[in-house]
Amino acid sequence: MELELRGITKRFGSLVANDHIDLAVAPGEIRGLLGENGAGKTTLMNVLYGLVQPDEGEILVDGKQVTIHSPKDAINAKIGMVHQHFMLVPVFTVAENVALGVEQQRKLKIGSLPGIPTGLLDRGRARRQVIELSERYGLQVNPDVRIEDLPVGVQQRVEIIKALLRQASVLILDEPTAVLTPGETEDLFRVMRELREGGRSIVFISHKLKEVQTIADKITVIRRGKVVGERPPSTSDAELAALMVGRPVELKVSKEPAKPADVVLEVTDLTVAGAAGLAAAGQDSRNSVDGVSFQVRAGEILGIAGVQGNGQTELCEALMGLLPSGGQVRLDGKDISRATPHDRLRSGISYIPEDRREDGLVSDFSVADNLVLDLYDRKPFASGIAMDLPAIRANARTLTTEFDVRTSSIDATVGTLSGGNQQKVILAREVGRRVRLLLASQPTRGLDVGSIEFVHRRIIEERDQGVAVIIVSSELDEIYALADRIAVMYEGQITGFRPPSVPVTELGLLMAGVRNGAAADPAGSDGNPDDGPPGGGSAGRTEPT
Amino acid sequence: MSDDPGGVPAGSGQDQGGTENPRPGDGPASPASPADPAGSAGAGGDAAASGPAGSADDQGDASAERGLGRFRGLDRAILDAIIHGSPTVVTILAVISALVLGALIIAFSDTAVLHAWASFFSAPGAAISAAWQSIASAYSALFEGAIFNPHTVAAAFHGGSVGAIFYPLSETASEATPLVLTGLSVALAFRAGLFNIGAASQWIGGAIVVTYLGFAVSLPPVIHVIVCLAGGFAGGAVMGWLVGDLKARTGAHEVIVTIMLNYIMYDLLSYVLDTPKALQLPHQANLISPNIAADAQLPHVGGPPPQVGVGFLVALAAAAGMWWLLERSTTGFEFRTVGANPSAARTAGMSVQKTWILAMLLAGGLAGLSGAVTIQGSFYSLNFQSYGTYGIDGITVALLGRARPAGVVLAALLFGALNAGGPVMEAATSVPIDIAEVIEGLIVLFVAAPPLIRAVFRLREARGSGMEAIAKGWNG
Repeated sequence: MELELRGITKRFGSLVANDHIDLAVAPGEIRGLLGENGAGKTTLMNVLYGLVQPDEGEILVDGKQVTIHSPKDAINAKIGMVHQHFMLVPVFTVAENVALGVEQQRKLKIGSLPGIPTGLLDRGRARRQVIELSERYGLQVNPDVRIEDLPVGVQQRVEIIKALLRQASVLILDEPTAVLTPGETEDLFRVMRELREGGRSIVFISHKLKEVQTIADKITVIRRGKVVGERPPSTSDAELAALMVGRPVELKVSKEPAKPADVVLEVTDLTVAGAAGLAAAGQDSRNSVDGVSFQVRAGEILGIAGVQGNGQTELCEALMGLLPSGGQVRLDGKDISRATPHDRLRSGISYIPEDRREDGLVSDFSVADNLVLDLYDRKPFASGIAMDLPAIRANARTLTTEFDVRTSSIDATVGTLSGGNQQKVILAREVGRRVRLLLASQPTRGLDVGSIEFVHRRIIEERDQGVAVIIVSSELDEIYALADRIAVMYEGQITGFRPPSVPVTELGLLMAGVRNGAAADPAGSDGNPDDGPPGGGSAGRTEPT
Repeated sequence: MSDDPGGVPAGSGQDQGGTENPRPGDGPASPASPADPAGSAGAGGDAAASGPAGSADDQGDASAERGLGRFRGLDRAILDAIIHGSPTVVTILAVISALVLGALIIAFSDTAVLHAWASFFSAPGAAISAAWQSIASAYSALFEGAIFNPHTVAAAFHGGSVGAIFYPLSETASEATPLVLTGLSVALAFRAGLFNIGAASQWIGGAIVVTYLGFAVSLPPVIHVIVCLAGGFAGGAVMGWLVGDLKARTGAHEVIVTIMLNYIMYDLLSYVLDTPKALQLPHQANLISPNIAADAQLPHVGGPPPQVGVGFLVALAAAAGMWWLLERSTTGFEFRTVGANPSAARTAGMSVQKTWILAMLLAGGLAGLSGAVTIQGSFYSLNFQSYGTYGIDGITVALLGRARPAGVVLAALLFGALNAGGPVMEAATSVPIDIAEVIEGLIVLFVAAPPLIRAVFRLREARGSGMEAIAKGWNG
């Protein structure tokens, strides 16, 4: 099926989300739609799926104009969509979810008569369809498992099956990799290739250059609602990034060698018990953080790498006092193991939580309020229990300018901002004050290249001002770009410390839990991580101990 | 809105309780969490955050974790719907719709109208005019009783009292006073993310203290009034604190606890009113307390007869104070943050547990203050008539006022007007006073139903882009 969009324009008030966009997708093509957050990719796809009505323009399927006023029209036009947030019923099985909306009744067969509807749900049929599709495209989905028991990657495949069952010839995947691990992303790409072999077209929306280059047959770049170019996947990173952002972008932020000073944070034998994340894997007796020890010095960045779910989240929350933990945490030599989150914040720790929407922001609050969310009771924002609104607003004006937070006003609720701008709000709040330690968990997850560059630059600036920094990231690129020292976590333990010059393969092994004996950092085992990593030269420092 | 104070809390309690049930497995013990590495997305992050409940460590507060986990579910959706649900225009339309439906009920519960309609085809004009007359006379009586009676103006021109013109309004204010305070009580809890169904028990807590201080203690005039008001606040605050403390320590859900406390306090009230050594008026078989001392009674200001009870001013002051607390103080910032997103509040270093306790304490205090102004301002003695249905009506007032102080005052005035006009309407026409209550119920239904339905089905009001309603789905 050939799909063509001509001159699609959509305005929201004064904002032009889509400005005369033309896009043609051939049968059996994977089209990458690349653009920054807020560039208008999702709006365009929502137009296509009937969730939003365009102000101008037309949609053609196989050369014929179609009107799409609702998702139902889109489904009839054989367009399927997998949203960033899945629309599945958690307590239903895969088969039930797939059947939802297109439920088949069991038919009573008497002789040669056509079947009589019984009013009973034909679960068997849905199961068979799931199995059949699953086998045809290598989706590996068990129809009888409840959605809530499935990993995110598999839930996504269920969404794909739903679309396929509704005969979708064009599949729209909206930021499908945002919720996936690297391995799951690989699986998704495999499935997408299978689907392409089967003659289906896919529109793959993303802001991640590498992914689009890997999977797309052709890349359309959108910036500020306009198509700014179509490129083959062989186009260089730098060119794509520049198209996307509208200016040349440094993909890797340059940084000076670290100048580590005194130890700021000293963690000894930190343990967090019982991991819900591992419970389902039958490992509930394990600690989610298991005797972790490390030090971070002023002016250096410790990158904690590892596949997600290996205790990094719990480690951060324990460091912030949000989770009960054993062991000792010392900040500037002071024991803060029993301190409340409030006290830890006040003693000079900044925290950028992994799940910013849930833990970092109150989406119904204004930008100004969110910028003082963890400083609201401190001077100059409050005296006694009276909040100083002018001070809060002044602070918001300064920070939104300094951190280039794009918002219509400081009174706009933070929920209306794009993901990148939301992250900038948190960054502005946490970095915009003097701290001793910056603890950032997945600081650039879901951000586009332009924002990533900005966030990385700010973090390195903090380091250069003598702040001790811990970056937790499952993106190795980010670890390599930022870290002066890399620690790898696997199943709650640190499997090794390495300098940033370490090859990816070695990190990969550590991330899989292989401690390759001799090459291992001596620090990993004896709890003194600052015994110099063998190749620490790249960071240009000599170990003091 | 019912004459049986015991029955109403049970009914609304089941509603609330029922809404709790859909997510029982959200506790930390739930094994349902996927083992996927992308634990931050959706439920995975939930479980990870509330995970280590089995910790032997002394720091952890497993129950509070559980409370947080559960809060991410339906509670939050409902609160969101209440606070952000309906724009003002919806509220106004709801009031109009309720009045229209009320009018139909008035017309068709009138036998004369029904007779006229029986011969609709022979004399349609008569049928319609009979219905119109019935409605018009009932509503004009309601209006005259609640707001303004044109006859008093005419009378004033012929030497009557000018003050009489304002009599209906002062009645409305007087009826609204306790509702403002119980409404504020429920609203304050809402804003901190709590469902205070227990304004009734907190009212009793306050009223018992006030009554005792009022007749058994003798103090100088002005001081006596202030001590009684403070005592009422304290009596209610203790009841509210109990709820908040139980929730913070054990994770006991405030809806269950407050409903149970409503029963307990109701029975305690009948006990103390039935026990001469406690609060019963001596040599009396009735459940009634002695009158409080005259110097403990709240005066009226403005001179006779267009007068405003000081209680109403106390209520307005409480509303203003609550506005300041919520919008301008760090404590209120904590309340609102915990109410809007408890996990962000925790991450920002706020103590969610302390906030729960303080919010319930203040909410209880406001309900207790409602008891104080009722006893000190209009009834002067504690009995089941003065107990009324203020506690439960406070919930509807808070809903109608969208949990905002000014909204609560307006909603309470509306209800006060209906309560003040009801008896006049009944006296002037054959329309029973219950119609006023039916209209109150309909208003709440029209205002509360759409957001509640949206909340229960996890539908979002399309904000901004207009696509989120569908695009957000279950994770919204």
